[in-house]
Amino acid sequence: MIELINLSYEIDNKKILDNINIKFDSNFTVITGPNGSGKSTLAKIIMGILKPTSGKILYNGEDITNLSIDKRANMGISFSFQQPVKFKGITVHDLINLSSGEEMNVHDACEVLSQVGLCAKEYINREVDSSLSGGELKRIEIASVSVRNSNVTIFDEPEAGIDLWSFNNLIKIFKNLREKNNGKTIIISHQERIINNSDKIVLLENGKVKEIKSTKELNNIVSVTNCCKVGGDINE
Amino acid sequence: MNNLDSHILKIINEELSRKDSAYNIRKDGKSIERASTDNIKIESKTDKDGIDIYVKEGTINGYVHIPVILTKSGFSDKVYNDFHIEKNSIVVINAGCGIHNDAHKDSSHNGIHRFFIGENSYVKYIEKHYGEGDGDGKRILDPVTEVYLGKNATLEMDTAQIKGVSSTIRQTKAVLEDGAKLVIGEKIMTHDNQTAKTIFEVTLNGSNSSAKVTSRSVATDKSHQEFISNVIGNNECFAHVECDAIIKDEASVTSDPKITANHIDARLIHEATIGKIAGEQLIKLMTLGLSKKKAEETIINGFLK
Repeated sequence: MIELINLSYEIDNKKILDNINIKFDSNFTVITGPNGSGKSTLAKIIMGILKPTSGKILYNGEDITNLSIDKRANMGISFSFQQPVKFKGITVHDLINLSSGEEMNVHDACEVLSQVGLCAKEYINREVDSSLSGGELKRIEIASVSVRNSNVTIFDEPEAGIDLWSFNNLIKIFKNLREKNNGKTIIISHQERIINNSDKIVLLENGKVKEIKSTKELNNIVSVTNCCKVGGDINE
Repeated sequence: MNNLDSHILKIINEELSRKDSAYNIRKDGKSIERASTDNIKIESKTDKDGIDIYVKEGTINGYVHIPVILTKSGFSDKVYNDFHIEKNSIVVINAGCGIHNDAHKDSSHNGIHRFFIGENSYVKYIEKHYGEGDGDGKRILDPVTEVYLGKNATLEMDTAQIKGVSSTIRQTKAVLEDGAKLVIGEKIMTHDNQTAKTIFEVTLNGSNSSAKVTSRSVATDKSHQEFISNVIGNNECFAHVECDAIIKDEASVTSDPKITANHIDARLIHEATIGKIAGEQLIKLMTLGLSKKKAEETIINGFLK
């Protein structure tokens, strides 16, 4: 379980996150809020991509605030990028092997890709570069992260750029992660259907936690987030 | 051949074990083993040092290996190899060169290769260059490749300078007739104080001829690389030249592209990118559990794969 204690993040004298306290004890937590509220920054701090100005991050009770990205990854935390990273020369199969930590045979790697609705044979040997569309790259990103079966998986706006692929499949992936390993999923999202499937919702506003609600109070929260959602800021 | 020769051969020419291949192994300036096949003849030149390789018309799945090994410190080797590929043939040619230099004097190999590729033939040419040894003598490789592609002929050329080559100047010239196709993939890694210069000159004379030149290089430490290309379109043709380089430490890379269209239907493109490893690539691989060092190696190995 991840726990954030008095966490703040400042850049250029501007407070992006202000004294955040959250326990991610539910299986499926959605962090939502208007653009610029600090959602993506929070996700990056949990993964270690950004360092908090103050406060602590605990993972199963252990202080991981000063641990590097790879150490956190090897402890069981995964991260799906909002904008997938491209590589020249690294194929989809290579990326899946790197993610899973083993040499997967073509059949198993294809299984992973089919989960995200890609016809595997067409993609397996392609490079993860600009020859793939944004939607294809996003699905490969989600597949490569889900194959890790981590204890905690963070998705930064998984719905962004998903094009024609259905949300049902995305929800199915989140459910699979929950079933395997009893994994906990943290999702940055504006999408009502993703929010509706969550156990807990954290509403951020101006870098502060405005509300934390469980499923029981879901309906009220959805109406609140609908008021402020307009898509999602890529650079947030 | 001794153990060192076998070790170098394995690095530069992995496929030599094929029994149906024609081959010529050159060591320290002399041919030490040679075999021809029914369709592929290898003969010594009479006017200068080198060989002629004759591939008969209609040869399908022909294999030629002409590896070169240099183990004598201070030896300077120059060889002229001509490939005469008759029409309607399919041939794979391996031509690696490995230098082992354990002493103080410079060792060099200068291979001048000419390809005369007949109508409708397809040639795959693979060239690996490698250097090793504890001496401070330089390991120098200066290959010259000249290609004449006949009507509808294709040459796919993969060249790789793996490591350990102190200095190289690679010159490649190609002339293409109607419907001919040239695909070149070049990979170069330099380190320490090494220098590498590659020069491409591609002349598209034929209607519907095409060329694709892709150069990927990694320069580390204080090494320097230079990429120069000149593609000339004299007919309705297409060419795409792409030069990507990763630099590390105090290394430097220069890219000097030139494209000349002498025909209204010539479509010529050049792209060049030079820069360090993108931070987001390192972060992505670290989120998969790779250390920063391992992530960097993975990115470079993939880039040069």
